[in-house]
Amino acid sequence: MGAIRTEELLLNVGPQHPSTHGVFRIIVKLDGEVITEAIPVMGYLHRGTEKLAENLNFTQIIPYTDRMDYVSAMTNNYVLCNAVEKMMGLEVPERAEFLRLIVMELQRVASHLVWWGTYLLDIGAMSPFLYAFKERETIVQLFNELCGARLTYNYMRVGGVKWDAPPGWLDKVREFVPYMEKKLVEYDRLVSGNEIFLARIKGVGRYDAETAISYGLSGANLRCTGIRWDLRRSEPYSLYDRFEFDIPVGTNGDCYDRYLIRLEEIRQSLRILKQALEQFPEGGETMGKVPRVIRPPAGEIYSSIESPRGEIGCHIVSKGKAEPYRLKFRRPSFVNLQILPKLLVGETMTNLITILGGIDIVVGEVDC
Amino acid sequence: MSSLLSSPLTWGDALVIFLWGVVLMLVVLGFVTYAIFFERKVIGWMQFRIGPNRVGPFGLLQSVADILKLLIKEDTIPRKADRLLFILAPALAFVPSFTVLAVIPYTQKLYFADLNVGLLYYVALSGISTLAIVLGGWASNNKYALLGGMRSAAQMISYEVPLVISVTGVVMLSGTLNLRGIVDSQSGGWFWDWNFIPQIVGFAVFVIAAVSELNRTPFDLPEAESELVAGYHVEYSGFRFAFFMLTEYVYVYAIAGLTTTLFLGGWHAPAPFLDFVPGIIWFALKFMFIVFFLFWLRATMPRIRVDQLMGLGWKVLLPLSLANIFITAACIELFQR
Repeated sequence: MGAIRTEELLLNVGPQHPSTHGVFRIIVKLDGEVITEAIPVMGYLHRGTEKLAENLNFTQIIPYTDRMDYVSAMTNNYVLCNAVEKMMGLEVPERAEFLRLIVMELQRVASHLVWWGTYLLDIGAMSPFLYAFKERETIVQLFNELCGARLTYNYMRVGGVKWDAPPGWLDKVREFVPYMEKKLVEYDRLVSGNEIFLARIKGVGRYDAETAISYGLSGANLRCTGIRWDLRRSEPYSLYDRFEFDIPVGTNGDCYDRYLIRLEEIRQSLRILKQALEQFPEGGETMGKVPRVIRPPAGEIYSSIESPRGEIGCHIVSKGKAEPYRLKFRRPSFVNLQILPKLLVGETMTNLITILGGIDIVVGEVDC
Repeated sequence: MSSLLSSPLTWGDALVIFLWGVVLMLVVLGFVTYAIFFERKVIGWMQFRIGPNRVGPFGLLQSVADILKLLIKEDTIPRKADRLLFILAPALAFVPSFTVLAVIPYTQKLYFADLNVGLLYYVALSGISTLAIVLGGWASNNKYALLGGMRSAAQMISYEVPLVISVTGVVMLSGTLNLRGIVDSQSGGWFWDWNFIPQIVGFAVFVIAAVSELNRTPFDLPEAESELVAGYHVEYSGFRFAFFMLTEYVYVYAIAGLTTTLFLGGWHAPAPFLDFVPGIIWFALKFMFIVFFLFWLRATMPRIRVDQLMGLGWKVLLPLSLANIFITAACIELFQR
């Protein structure tokens, strides 16, 4: 009898797969259940946002940014508006800036809740997903009252925000913050100590700070290695320098640290929200003095902010026209994803899901 | 029943046996229909949802509608599948799940087959379903199905061992493999006479291994939907898929019945002054508690990883159940002689 012939199994994970969070595909070579090679295939959701933007004026581009990272549309709105404002040297009224900051932090909470729920769903726990979406629903409703949309808000404008907060809206946010704080403690207790959960994510998908920097990671993917880098602190934009909050960092650089950091970031966002609501100015405009046609002067600018997924940047090249000559978004999901093939080698099929989920991608942003 | 089975077969007897078989089948099918409904409701409530409430009063006909839908769906067989095995697998999974029910005694009087080796019969037949799952995974000619099938083979083999060994303690205490005899040996009047207290280690191992045998959360790796899409039944649809689902829930019934019988005193009341309540009610209550427990787990637990699963089976459960046999033997030697 000869030896049994064995061969590697080529497995297509995605584009239709429940845990790739959209139309993302990884081709994995499996030796048994161990991955020997992983090749991510992107582009199934590519819509050519950056090319389309070249024929649109800046107000028209804002809805496109909503559709990039659709889980965190508010921060995307902001990064474009902020870049244009910097380029044109526009002043944003304080009230508008406060509204922007509040919606961005609410968005961060909502985005991390979505991540928390779907990550646990990936790991096989069903209930947290529904708890997370229940709480997110409150935020989505708040946004709906503010701008009439639940997902793609198109709320911010160059120079301010489109709508002022409707009467009573701020009070609803004021009610939501302590409620969410209470709920967070409950969910933390429900999940974070679960033995099976810990066994699944502790020590999985580890990398060190050097690797993280050389891959250009940002957000929780970078902070889990112990580097305290959060653009809200490191290069303050908006009004973040007025508030007290901590930047949680990890030590091990594994999925568990990323999990803890994201949970802590929800807490810190709520802290910022509390302070922002206290300092919220009584009256004031929601739109600054903006020319009728937005024509940034010829030149280039790169401006970046901290989205829930990491550093989202906007690079505008202008020739002094109403449309950008070239527009480029630095999408954190796309950049963070590049480390995936390296992390997956030698892992099992089960850990593929744990690691991919831990990176926290939104395919709309990966493919843009 | 036993008198019927031992007397010479006449047409009348055959009819009675047949009718009882149909009754049991209807009970089990009714259970499956409403267990699915109950599971969806219970999990719905645990997740701040309402659960099914549209079809029929309180949604009571939801499962009926779902099953009907599955039965009238187009029967698809993948072109590259191994046709014969693909068709055979659901039936092979389904038949043993029903046959094991024969040995479960419901009350002193109500039982179907009074086998001397009832427990052995159960374990031997339920093992066949593993074969069907591997077969289904293999015959689908799908990589996900194959991975699911292989996982399930590994899992069910590694958990069958502790499952069988954990009940050995019970067999030693009662001195019989007959399930009715095992229940009889637990008749002390009080609930502490039931096997789950003297056999607490065996009970714990049994429950864990049983959940694993059922492929339910947190051991639902063969069909881990977030990794393997649906595992071994990914290519199945329509009534073949329904058969796999049916098998799964019939095993829930069987395991709940078996746990009640082996560890929870079967039809016995928990205290002597509660004896006036008929045994079948006590059996049903304990049975429902186990079923609820399984559904509860599903709403609570994440899924364990495949290597951790094997580690738990071989490194924890097996030594524990072996130690349980030694401790039981020592106790019998010391206290009962």
